[in-house]
Amino acid sequence: MPDTTPHPTQGKPPTLPPDDVLQALIDQRLPHAQAQAAWQALAQEPARAAAVRAQQADRLALQALHADVLEEVPSTVLQATLARAARRQQSWHSAGRWAGMAAAVLLTFAAGWWGRGLQQAGDSHELALDRQPGRQFSAQASVAHAVYAPEQKHPVEVDASQQQHLVQWLSKRLGRPLKLPDLQAKGYALVGGRLLPGDTGARAQFMYQDAQGQRLTLYLGALPPSPVQTPAQTPGTGQPASAPAPLAAFSFSQEGPVPSFYWVEGDFGYALQAELPRQALLDLALAVYKQL
Amino acid sequence: MNATALSEHIPRLRRYARSLTGDRWAADDLVQDTLERACSKWRLWLPGTDLRAWLFTLMHNVFINQLRRPSLHIVADGTGPDHPLDTALDRVAAPDSGHEQAMDLQRCLLRLPPEQRETLLLISLEDLSYEQVAHITGVPVGTVMSRLSRGRARLRELLEAPAQAQPHALASAPPPAQDSVDKVRPLAQRRPH
Repeated sequence: MPDTTPHPTQGKPPTLPPDDVLQALIDQRLPHAQAQAAWQALAQEPARAAAVRAQQADRLALQALHADVLEEVPSTVLQATLARAARRQQSWHSAGRWAGMAAAVLLTFAAGWWGRGLQQAGDSHELALDRQPGRQFSAQASVAHAVYAPEQKHPVEVDASQQQHLVQWLSKRLGRPLKLPDLQAKGYALVGGRLLPGDTGARAQFMYQDAQGQRLTLYLGALPPSPVQTPAQTPGTGQPASAPAPLAAFSFSQEGPVPSFYWVEGDFGYALQAELPRQALLDLALAVYKQL
Repeated sequence: MNATALSEHIPRLRRYARSLTGDRWAADDLVQDTLERACSKWRLWLPGTDLRAWLFTLMHNVFINQLRRPSLHIVADGTGPDHPLDTALDRVAAPDSGHEQAMDLQRCLLRLPPEQRETLLLISLEDLSYEQVAHITGVPVGTVMSRLSRGRARLRELLEAPAQAQPHALASAPPPAQDSVDKVRPLAQRRPH
């Protein structure tokens, strides 16, 4: 539009539009004609016009600022959703709705994460519907392993170089002093740890790695109270995953994406995961158990 | 409502939280708390209404509650009483993009009052309507507009300040290092110097 006429149609001088209109201009929310008029008015005040342009650029810069976050796989938070959904499903007796939701979340999760290794959708459905806290705990531990163990760039939130901070931080978040087992004798060095959401609060994951890059995770946290809770027994042979009271003691589970040994002490659960044969994993689980 | 619908919003919630807090961990905390709230208040969401706006309303409430706490998550997170700000600075300064400009923008953003920062981000980043933002933050549209306007103007001032060596800011100009510390002050209330 040529701006040769200083007084367009209504004969009004192009007064500066009110601030609301300028904000809408910056946000590119004005209809074309109105935007044109606003720019025309701004042409009379170069300083103001420059400010508007600068703020338009700021808006674009803000949009670009953390654009990379959109591309990140939000594993932690997805797991949070999963855990919440699972808890709801657990605590709500008319479980149909929540069970459906939990399964849906799990499937979403599965689609993203287990894509290549997932056997059947039926498995995860069963997992979501599992009402036994111990099994659920180990399944969550296993999923957490499957999510973070392959991670090259950010396998942990706090790495081994800040071991003391790691232990203090996670102890604080889990509400009890934690001990970090030393698995050097077994050939596994600490990589670090992270905080994860669980269905009864915070969970911690410690990650270890051997010289070949084989990773091992220890997952721990408070368990939901269970009517069938029994005190921890001395670990012996693992029970089959289908044991009726998996909270009992030292159990082996292959339900998740990675095999897991889990056990309970008081109201606290532990699960150790790695892509290892059962006996090797048990050996490591015992080593961990003895140090806790 | 289904969980897939919910999970579709997670990337945006994370990005917004990241810009709002300038910190990866604090942002994920915020998102997790928001999702937790969403799960517990699931039945309060009206099908057919805008799920995204509802989630941002929940996140606004979580954020405001966090601000009301005497010490912010970063301090409370077990980093110890000795170096909360240094940690905050490190986190702001050690991000993925690595661009100095982006770091500067994030730092300046953190110096805005929280309500201006929130308003600015909900509109600029999330492209929510002014009415939606009024609803989310629980204030009249007029307040949204003035927060937006002041937030934008302030952000510009902050971004321009270092370049112009702040000729009119303070009579006795502080050393630059001090200034860079000051920039993060709103994030974590700092020890008295």
